[in-house]
Amino acid sequence: MIPLSWFLIFSAALFSIGLFGVLSRKNAVAILMGIELMLNSININLVAFWRYQTPAQIAGQVFAVIVFAVAAAEVAVGLAIFISVYRRRRTVSADEIDLLKW
Amino acid sequence: MATETIIWLIPLPPLLAFFLIVLFTNRSKALSHTIAILAAALSWLGSMVVFFRALQVENLGANPITHAIRWLPVGEGWFEIGVQIDPLSAVTLFFVGWTVLMIFVYSVGYHNFGQPAGDHDRKGLPPHGATVTDAHGHAHKVPSVEPMYSRFFAFIGLFAFGMFTLVVSDNLLTLFAGWEIMGLCSYLLIGFWYAKPSARDAAVKAFLTTRVGDVFMLLGIAYLYSQTGTLNYRQIFFNEEVLLGLAQTPTGFLGLSAAGLIGLLLFIGIVGKSAQFPLHIWLPDAMEGPTPVSAMIHAATMVSAGVYLGIRMFPLVTAGWEHGDPLNTTMVIMTVIGAFTALFAAVIAVAQNDIKRVLAYSTISQLGYMVAALGIGAYTAAVFHLVTHAFFKALLFLGSGSVIHGMEHGVLHTGEHIDPQDMYNMGGLRKKMPVTFWTFLIGGFALSGFPLVTAGFWSKDEILAEAFGTGQIVVFLVLAVSALLTAFYTMRQITLTFLGEPRTQAAEHAHETPWTMTVPLVVLSVFAVGAGWVGIPEHFPVIGGLLPPWFQEFVGHTLPHPPEHLDFNIVPLLTSLVVALGGLFLGWTIYKDTHAGAEDPLKRTLGSLHTAMQNRFYVDELYRAVFYRPAGWIADVFTVRWLDLGLIDGILHAAAQISTTIGSALRNYFDRPVINGGADLLAESIKRLGVVFRPIQTGRVQQYMILALVSIATFSALFYYLLVFAR
Repeated sequence: MIPLSWFLIFSAALFSIGLFGVLSRKNAVAILMGIELMLNSININLVAFWRYQTPAQIAGQVFAVIVFAVAAAEVAVGLAIFISVYRRRRTVSADEIDLLKW
Repeated sequence: MATETIIWLIPLPPLLAFFLIVLFTNRSKALSHTIAILAAALSWLGSMVVFFRALQVENLGANPITHAIRWLPVGEGWFEIGVQIDPLSAVTLFFVGWTVLMIFVYSVGYHNFGQPAGDHDRKGLPPHGATVTDAHGHAHKVPSVEPMYSRFFAFIGLFAFGMFTLVVSDNLLTLFAGWEIMGLCSYLLIGFWYAKPSARDAAVKAFLTTRVGDVFMLLGIAYLYSQTGTLNYRQIFFNEEVLLGLAQTPTGFLGLSAAGLIGLLLFIGIVGKSAQFPLHIWLPDAMEGPTPVSAMIHAATMVSAGVYLGIRMFPLVTAGWEHGDPLNTTMVIMTVIGAFTALFAAVIAVAQNDIKRVLAYSTISQLGYMVAALGIGAYTAAVFHLVTHAFFKALLFLGSGSVIHGMEHGVLHTGEHIDPQDMYNMGGLRKKMPVTFWTFLIGGFALSGFPLVTAGFWSKDEILAEAFGTGQIVVFLVLAVSALLTAFYTMRQITLTFLGEPRTQAAEHAHETPWTMTVPLVVLSVFAVGAGWVGIPEHFPVIGGLLPPWFQEFVGHTLPHPPEHLDFNIVPLLTSLVVALGGLFLGWTIYKDTHAGAEDPLKRTLGSLHTAMQNRFYVDELYRAVFYRPAGWIADVFTVRWLDLGLIDGILHAAAQISTTIGSALRNYFDRPVINGGADLLAESIKRLGVVFRPIQTGRVQQYMILALVSIATFSALFYYLLVFAR
């Protein structure tokens, strides 16, 4: 059987890739995709821990399902915001959306 | 109805009338006076019923009609208040009932009921007259109705309540309550025309002057209560043990016994109320009130109340004193003040020109007689003179009111600008006002002690006889001279007012007053004559013994040991005959030929003494200088300028100065630099810090996230280090 640490390493790698995507990509849609990657790496973590540590209990899977739902909702909201931003400013580049400064 | 119940009810109707008039009927003049007179009539009826029932009681003095209720729990017992009718209160009730009723009826006419409202009359001023146009189109000035008619009846109702309460009560406390109610009412009534400054001043003067006496009286009552534990007349004045105990308790004040000191304190109350010498000044000024009030105050009620209390406390003053002994200190003081007042006021009365002021001083003088009589131990004589004086003095005051009323009519008719109260503006009124003249004559003769027929003769003669019989020759002489002066100024008054020819147009057109005023005069004149006949001494020549000396017998038994009758002596009788007739004759001869604009004949003879008399021996000025000015100085200079403005304001200003100094120091050296500066510094440094950190706020989400990532990594590393290696 594949040891737990493989899953964790894979999950950490996936999280780091997602984080890198979030931090480095300029396109807002790409940033959202990075966030999705990070969420999924967490799902892997949750499922892996469930399988290896407490297989008798269903909590790990439930968490994963909730994360799906939250991710779906978050993407919906995020895309809506980006569409709105694009309509006003004709861009979805994160560099140019900098109204939050002093 | 049980007699006790009636006694309880006697004072109530006037009180009810007061409230009814004040609360409900104030607007209706007719209803107001109807209620007031009905109330007075009910009280009169009750008084008469009680009086005649009291006459039938065997030895009323020893067995008075009493009834008491528990009123106030004190210590282990109760303070009881109640009513009591003994011979003294019975006779007092008799004359009070009559005079009060007569005064009430008289007031209707005096205040011009039924006349039109005045042209320019204002509340608080005497009516000035109204213009009416008769059938032929002629305009006449006629007297106008009093603007505050109902108010007057309310006040005299309350006044009557006070007097009746005082008379029927069986203890000194309720007596004092009635006494003070009258004090208040006299203030209200003297100041009835409150828009006149003189009336206001007179009201305040009367109130304050009597208050001086009342304070001492209350002290006396308190002292008596602390000594005996009761204020009931029977338990003190009719109780040998208590009296003896009081007479033997030394007080260490002027060598007086407790009885003497209490008597003296109560006597000061009497001095105030009955206007005896040092405190007499309020009474002449009280003439500012309407004339029925003068009659009420000076005859029926207030001043009588003073002497009534004197008579009440007679057993206390004379405790341990037997008839014939030398007088004790308190009695000497009473005698001296009484006799001096009698003479002093009589002298002043001779030089007064205002018809009411003459009567005011004559009242003071006659009250002095009574007080002096009490002082020398002439108990029944004092009571007798109190009763007769009440009748003839009420008659005289009402008569003078009638004269003034008639004169005012003349003044309005002719439009002259003269004082309708000045006797030199009158003259010849006997033809114009016959009823007033004859009744005034009767009253005046009673006051002078016109022999045999008038009441004043018998009572005054008895006082003189007692003074002579007990060997008080000085008192006797002083009172005899006062009697001479009394007859003299009375005749002067009658002559100037009624005899001779009219000296002014107004007197020419004077008018007899309406029946509401003349009927009381007639009724009172009956008593002014008849009240004396009940007390004719047994041993009087010729007519003595025709009528039994009922009065002395009846009233004497108020005391535990009724005074004995004096043997008849011709000297005082002759004296009183001579002084009465002589005074009357002198008064008539000197003044019968007074012409218009003439000076007082006495002015030439007496010179500056006359001026002093006219100015009332400057007692008012003396008080002004001794009490009023220093009080004003203390108030104005000492209290206001020195104490208030100087000391208190100075302290305040100093405190204010110190406070401001401390305040500005705090502000300049603490608040501004420390608090303000600190706050500013804080704000400034935060601002600076903001400037320092501003560049990291780029507005780019990704940079923020990198920052967050770096921070989290740093903190995680720190925590990791702390948790793992720093254990």
